[in-house]
Amino acid sequence: MPDQVYEIPIGPIHPALKEPIRFTFKVEGERIRGVDIRPGFAHRGIEYMGMKRNLIQVLYLSERICGICSISHPITLTLAVERAAGIEVPPRAQYLRVIFAELERVHSHLLWAGVAAHELGFDTLLHLTWKVREKVLDLLEELSGNRIDYAIPIYGGVRRDITPEQVPQVEAMIRYYRGLLDELLDAFLRDPSVEARTRGVGVLAPEEADSLCAVGPTARASGLAKDVRQDRPYLVYGDLGVKAITPREWGLEPRGDVYDKAVVRLLEVGQSLDLIERCLVEMPEGEITSFPKIPALLAYLKKADGEGLGWHEAPRGEVIHYIRLEAGVEEPVVWKVKAPTYSNLMSWVPMFVDQEIADIPIIAASIDPCMCCMDRVHMVDASSEAMVQKEELLRLSRAKTERICRGGGPA
Amino acid sequence: MSALHLLWQGAAVVVGGGILGLVYKGFDRKLAARMQSRIGPPLRQPFLDVGKLLVKESVVPKDAVGWLFRAMPFLAVVASFTVLLYLPWGPFPAILSGHGDAILVLYLLAVPALAMALGGFASGSPLATVGAQREIVMLMSYEFPLAVAVVGVVWRLATLGGGPAFSLAAIAAVPLWTQVGPLGVIGLAILAACLLIVTPAELSKIPFDIPEAETEIAGGLMVEYSGTYLALFYLADAAKTIAMAALVVTLFAPYGIAGLLGLSGAGAQAVDLAFHLVKIFAVMFTAVTTVRVAMARLKVDQVARGFWLQITAVAVAGLVLLVLDRMVMG
Repeated sequence: MPDQVYEIPIGPIHPALKEPIRFTFKVEGERIRGVDIRPGFAHRGIEYMGMKRNLIQVLYLSERICGICSISHPITLTLAVERAAGIEVPPRAQYLRVIFAELERVHSHLLWAGVAAHELGFDTLLHLTWKVREKVLDLLEELSGNRIDYAIPIYGGVRRDITPEQVPQVEAMIRYYRGLLDELLDAFLRDPSVEARTRGVGVLAPEEADSLCAVGPTARASGLAKDVRQDRPYLVYGDLGVKAITPREWGLEPRGDVYDKAVVRLLEVGQSLDLIERCLVEMPEGEITSFPKIPALLAYLKKADGEGLGWHEAPRGEVIHYIRLEAGVEEPVVWKVKAPTYSNLMSWVPMFVDQEIADIPIIAASIDPCMCCMDRVHMVDASSEAMVQKEELLRLSRAKTERICRGGGPA
Repeated sequence: MSALHLLWQGAAVVVGGGILGLVYKGFDRKLAARMQSRIGPPLRQPFLDVGKLLVKESVVPKDAVGWLFRAMPFLAVVASFTVLLYLPWGPFPAILSGHGDAILVLYLLAVPALAMALGGFASGSPLATVGAQREIVMLMSYEFPLAVAVVGVVWRLATLGGGPAFSLAAIAAVPLWTQVGPLGVIGLAILAACLLIVTPAELSKIPFDIPEAETEIAGGLMVEYSGTYLALFYLADAAKTIAMAALVVTLFAPYGIAGLLGLSGAGAQAVDLAFHLVKIFAVMFTAVTTVRVAMARLKVDQVARGFWLQITAVAVAGLVLLVLDRMVMG
């Protein structure tokens, strides 16, 4: 029965998926012939909620776009607002933001490594990585008070300093992971059963990665030296001289498969440790925010008029926030979030084709998808499976913009 | 032996085997957890699981072939517990000794897998269908090396005049290792290794848990089973684990220690039975528990290729060595 193509639905709820999304695979035996992806199940209308709140409240909201990227979104939002309102950030605060961003990268990549191991049925590796991940979460709790949702960035700076007493703890964490990194690389990259399951699986060719605008580790694993910290430096990343990590750093020619994606993410843990260490050394003394008083900040932001774009290399890739402020209005007039998963979504299609059913979980996990970051729209008219084409979407969004301009809410 | 006596012994083996299977499952889970630096469930967890499943509702899907779906768990349980009746228990001969041989045991071991595959096909779920297809491919992959290993050993024994050909009782009575030449010892060692590799495949444990693959097909052929039916499959798995490990022990390490300790009578039998259980545990721990914490799940094509080419080639090499040994030793 080689010509029998049948459909296998995966999701919206499935053990292979950590967040809701629906794949419909066309399958021939164990071979995947095609895939249809339907996102939107985690859409919560956060941008709209943000446009009904003042900017301080929006900051808290941005932190809750995603639990894992809970420093990436606020950093990007503050960068956008600071550009729109023309706020200077003290150097020390810039270093502190970088330290927290890199701590987040360490815990996010370790989280991914555990999830990937679990998708491969290698639970021992899952438990090992998640056990060592506790160390960075403990440190984040020590520095910010929370394991996730740190509430660190604020417009014009950061809310908490790293005290001299806390510095040795950060250094201890760096030493801990430096000692473990070789062991982790060994457990993942030199294990024959992991290699058998990840080599040549979910390949994303460099041309495809380029034309589909893949970002972050997904693009770097295909050999594209693409990293926002390197290409469009912000905060103090320009001074730190970040270089995009591709599998070449591990002495391998990039093939763009799942193995390469693991290589990139694990090496980036080491890179983040280096960056944190350098930040601790180079961080100048001084103010941590240019607006110590929140009411003064709010009053200043209410007067601000303009638009700003913020960008940041989140653990999953480039995240962009766009904000438009109008004088006399507390709320942002427009707030738009583009999460890395949105850019990586389409790279799933070439990655899935001609793979086996057994590869679905690891390929789905390989771009480290984050649905709650990405979902911006959900079709609630479930009566038909109608697809909305580009022209229709454009017409709908223009109508919405006109409504907003006339002062009405986006219905 | 009277029919009543036989019945009583059979009941003892079935109940004992079931309890033992669950106890070993408990050890397996606890030890695996410790190796993964988890605390793990209490040792009696498998008993709690079975107890809870038995009081749960047993849902039969609307699209399922009802009678087939309901019958398969019973078939799996009956087949796997019947294997226990054909295996010698340390100092005690098999209950049904003389009524069947090693070949029958091989067939009986394949029945639970077939029952699970049929149950999967009958449950009318695409995930279960994929799981069932995988189970059949798995069955076709590991059956040949398994048969080569078992038949090789019993054939060599028959040539030594150790009793009726293919009889497991004869194997248990006459350990082969000391009776074959150096070539034979190497051949036996190879076959033992092959059988240890086949064991986790036979039991669908990582890296061979492909038909169930939780993260891929959400439990595969078990996905629609619940309540009593799932409990029956669970029990069948427990019994099959014991049976498979006991088969390895019977074929390759049927030694007792009572002689060494200078015991005799009932004491000797008790010690040897205990030692037999320890050996079964050792086989399960080596071939199932440690392997499943040390590896990732393989893909079905990788497993099929590995078993058909590499493992079969190695097993046949072991068999050839045994044949050569027979020619040399006479």
